[in-house]
Amino acid sequence: MKEVAIIGVGQTAFVRGYEGSIRELAFDAFREAMQDAGITQKDVDASIFCSAPEYDKQRSPAGVLAEYLGLIPQPTLYVETVCSSSSTGIKVAYGMIKSGLHDVVVVLGFQKMSEISSAESQERMGRGSDIQWEAPFGTMMPAYYALYAQAYMSKHGLTHDDLMNVRIKSSTYGVINDRAVYRKPVKPGDFKQGDPEAKMAGPVAWPLRVGDCCANADGSSCIILANAEKAKALSKKPVWVLGIGAASEAVNMAARPDFTRGLSVGYAAAAQAYKMAGITGKDVKVAEVHDCFTIAEIMAYEGLGFAPMGEGKQLINEKATYKEGKIPVNVDGGLLSKGHPIGATGGSQIRTIVLQLRGEAGSMQVAGEPDIGLVHNIGGVGLYGNVTIFGRD
Amino acid sequence: MGFEKFGRKSFTAITKTAKFVDLLTEGKIEGTVCKDCGAKFFPPRADCAKCFSKNMDWFEMPKKGKLETFTTAYYAPLGFEADPPYTMGVVDFGSGLKLFARVAKEIKPEEVKVGMDVSTRPLKYDDGQLSFEVIKA
Repeated sequence: MKEVAIIGVGQTAFVRGYEGSIRELAFDAFREAMQDAGITQKDVDASIFCSAPEYDKQRSPAGVLAEYLGLIPQPTLYVETVCSSSSTGIKVAYGMIKSGLHDVVVVLGFQKMSEISSAESQERMGRGSDIQWEAPFGTMMPAYYALYAQAYMSKHGLTHDDLMNVRIKSSTYGVINDRAVYRKPVKPGDFKQGDPEAKMAGPVAWPLRVGDCCANADGSSCIILANAEKAKALSKKPVWVLGIGAASEAVNMAARPDFTRGLSVGYAAAAQAYKMAGITGKDVKVAEVHDCFTIAEIMAYEGLGFAPMGEGKQLINEKATYKEGKIPVNVDGGLLSKGHPIGATGGSQIRTIVLQLRGEAGSMQVAGEPDIGLVHNIGGVGLYGNVTIFGRD
Repeated sequence: MGFEKFGRKSFTAITKTAKFVDLLTEGKIEGTVCKDCGAKFFPPRADCAKCFSKNMDWFEMPKKGKLETFTTAYYAPLGFEADPPYTMGVVDFGSGLKLFARVAKEIKPEEVKVGMDVSTRPLKYDDGQLSFEVIKA
């Protein structure tokens, strides 16, 4: 199914404290994507802006950013599913193009998290949960994922060392990704309990430690999509959207069926995307998964069918998800090393897969000319799940 | 009004389920049950999405459950800074009813285990806020 393609990708470096406003932040990724596509604003029919709105003072950012990028008077709109906002933006753009409404659509994800303090940021993220019945207990994102980690570790025998190995893999690629916020190597000693020098070891929400958690960051990403006719005319290496899956789940933990199985939205979105693309997990040559916490990457392996239930740890411990392994995952450093500027994250994951399929990923390039790539992008604590599958000519 | 009294810090003042807080003062932790189709809800709902009824009654939650999972928070969001470390968990009562709450301070973090038998009780903080917590069975 080659009807909608990606013809341009861009991403800023993800940083602590971007020296500019959100419109300037958005411009940096947009400029790179437009230059990558080799098009001008007159070629663009519509734009979609994606972020988590509570970080910005600007109300209704879409119109403001569209103007700054030179994309008026074309239609523009705002899309939000917290951490998966830009994957949802891609889904909306796909629908607009497939329906024939528009030929070329820009999807721009952005987040300037440093506008507010880390504690304020935790409070806002906690409020991405059930504010009526759960936030009054003092919840925050690491605590929610820790609930999944605790249940999973108890049932499947996953250890802290297994989780550490996810972070060590991530840092292997964070070191070589100049767009990542965390670029230092991580070694086992960094997780040694009781050692004040061990910077990854401190508890955040037990069983998750500092090193199990991704960092806040500022950043933007931009993906340009086109219909088949435009893609063939404009792009030498179009990357096709082959499958899209998306799902939602109860927000309150009291309504979650089973904490030992990972996130239900991951399974549901993967099943839809695989069916639409006519493939299985075995056909995927390179993947980006939502590793906001180390446990999330292990659960994603299973949700995507890369490993059977409870056996995800074997993939990391056997290095099967390293660049040279049988199914490379997050070989750009993932959220753990790149940082997680909420609205920009999905677009960054997609950019990585597009570069991999084009053979342009540089030192992160997976060998063997990968032909199918996958992006798994979760919003909230499995409140929203998105899986998107890409292929090349 | 009334629901601003719920929890360590409430983000909601007005809800049709604010009676939940009054019930806490009476020592009861209650969910809602649809009078028309019998569906039970915890946390409470004012509206039944199964049959679209708005005809709800209150029922007392079971006392005996198992701790399905938990976490101990060493950092807290804004407004909760004085509290860490505190443990939160999910209690499964069987038959589809579960509850999320903090685990009582009297239970040491190292004593908390997945699958342990637990109960719940209402809780009043020094500042008058009302909540409920997980205790040993």
